[in-house]
Amino acid sequence: MTAVPLVAPARRERSKAFRRFTANRLGVFGLIVVVLLSLVALLAPAVAPFDPAKQDFSALLQPAGAAHWLGTDELGRDTLTRVMYGARISLSAGLVSVALALLAGTLLGLIAGFVGGWLDELIGRFIDALLAFPFLILAITLAAILGPSLQNTMLAIAIVTTPAFARVTRAQVLAQRELEYVQAAGALGAGRWRTLLRHILPNISGALIVQTSLAIAEAVLAESTLSFLGLGVQPPTPSWGSMLNTARGYLQTAPWLALAPGVIIFVTVLAFNLLGDGLRDALDPRSRTK
Amino acid sequence: MLIFAARRLLATIPTLLVVTLLVFSLVRLLPGDPARLQLGEEATPQALTELRHQMGLDRPVAAQYASWLGDLGRLDLGKSLQDHTSVAGLIAQKLPTTFELALLSLLVAVALALPAGIVSALMPGSVTDRLVTLLALSGISLPSFFLGILLVYAFSVNLAWIPASGYVGLSENAGLNLKLMILPAVTLGVGSAAVLTRFLRSSLLEVLSQDYVRTARAKGVAGRLVIVKHALRNALIPVITVLGLQLGGLLGGAVVTEQIFSIPGFGRLLVDAVFTRDLPVIQGMVLTSAALVFLVSFLIDLAYGAIDPRVRYG
Repeated sequence: MTAVPLVAPARRERSKAFRRFTANRLGVFGLIVVVLLSLVALLAPAVAPFDPAKQDFSALLQPAGAAHWLGTDELGRDTLTRVMYGARISLSAGLVSVALALLAGTLLGLIAGFVGGWLDELIGRFIDALLAFPFLILAITLAAILGPSLQNTMLAIAIVTTPAFARVTRAQVLAQRELEYVQAAGALGAGRWRTLLRHILPNISGALIVQTSLAIAEAVLAESTLSFLGLGVQPPTPSWGSMLNTARGYLQTAPWLALAPGVIIFVTVLAFNLLGDGLRDALDPRSRTK
Repeated sequence: MLIFAARRLLATIPTLLVVTLLVFSLVRLLPGDPARLQLGEEATPQALTELRHQMGLDRPVAAQYASWLGDLGRLDLGKSLQDHTSVAGLIAQKLPTTFELALLSLLVAVALALPAGIVSALMPGSVTDRLVTLLALSGISLPSFFLGILLVYAFSVNLAWIPASGYVGLSENAGLNLKLMILPAVTLGVGSAAVLTRFLRSSLLEVLSQDYVRTARAKGVAGRLVIVKHALRNALIPVITVLGLQLGGLLGGAVVTEQIFSIPGFGRLLVDAVFTRDLPVIQGMVLTSAALVFLVSFLIDLAYGAIDPRVRYG
């Protein structure tokens, strides 16, 4: 008897949020670009015109043309192919690091917000301390300490992204804890963890979804920055940041070399930011900018 | 005010201690032995044992941390593994260059964000507003290293107006210094401009819907005067906080910008230290950057009272 009125408004709210999101053209555009980029990353081995490592010394630094749509690099490798394979690195770095941060940050935030007391104090200080380090400086330091590789880049970005998730979760839990439905769940005999995971977590998922999208944008940017500095994925693995770093040396002779990796990083980060903004407007209309 | 400052400072001590603990642990995470790192692979076991003893590495970790904290208290950040100079001295030597870059970037950011944010907030929902909003989001999404490369290509390679890289001290030749700093400042400032524009727009929109603005308008105060004297003054208060919070981002961004434009500042020192695995320098720099973020947020809190009469130090 109680299930119907409790579920129905939640479903209605979800469909309202869906309608609000689909009405936001920029948000939908962001989603489409993200889906397309993900497809390119997944299908790169099947759809890329060349092997990303194949060198062609008869076609060095070629501008865009019929044979190579985005030209070739200093070793005669096809730029379009390397941009497509680079999507695998950037998107997997973004997704894996943010998934790790989401898991760790949400857990820390849930515990701090719900348990409170000295544990909240301890986790709070830890989060504040991590947030005091400039994002990029901490990411560079961790990447340097762990050594340059894709896994370590992901780990470094996950560590610097975790406090943001913990802070958002903690604030949301503190707000929800005082609401009637949480007290009702407690009165009906639900244990602490059941209340936390079955009742509070679904109600704060909107804020976490928005944070996830914005964090992936930041993570993709951080991965390409680390690769640009030579601290991320190592050559010959194609990554957008290292492609851009190589292109720097050919600005006089082959300026187009910088264009493809630079534009694709920009478009990817913009798409995740547009998606995040669209999701925020849809899931939390109060924060909507008029 | 003094009591507030002291209380605020005391409240940051536990967090600062956690910061020092994190920085101390960072170096312990490193695979390998710091003594071997300093002496190289050829070092004899006896030399290694001696150096470990000198560095205190044979003592319990808690004792090592306590003595490291004691050194910090005397502003002693250790010595560089490269040339054995003082880390604190190295950082002090590089920071003014990065401060200059950060300050010029903030000027660029404010010069772009102020008109964009105001125009956008005055015409909510208009084409101009949508354009500014999209441009601001693009500014946040644009990697600074790509923008830097585009600027170098346009103004150095193509137009040959400004040298692509290089640095001359402000005291040596102020004119040339500023000329060389234009492209780096724009590269670093655009991201902050985008963040500031978004904050200024939403802050101004909120203030414009307040009763006192409506009252001022009803009393016949001219439109421009309402914006400048009533709305903007209040809307700028939260924006100033955001401006201060940009410092962390600017320090991080300076790493990339200084690399592109060969500026010998704090960021360049960090990248060099990372590639030579100069641990004391890396450790000192990470700690300094966190301390600077703390200092700025403390100063903003103090400045709040001066800017916003509603804030009283209790």
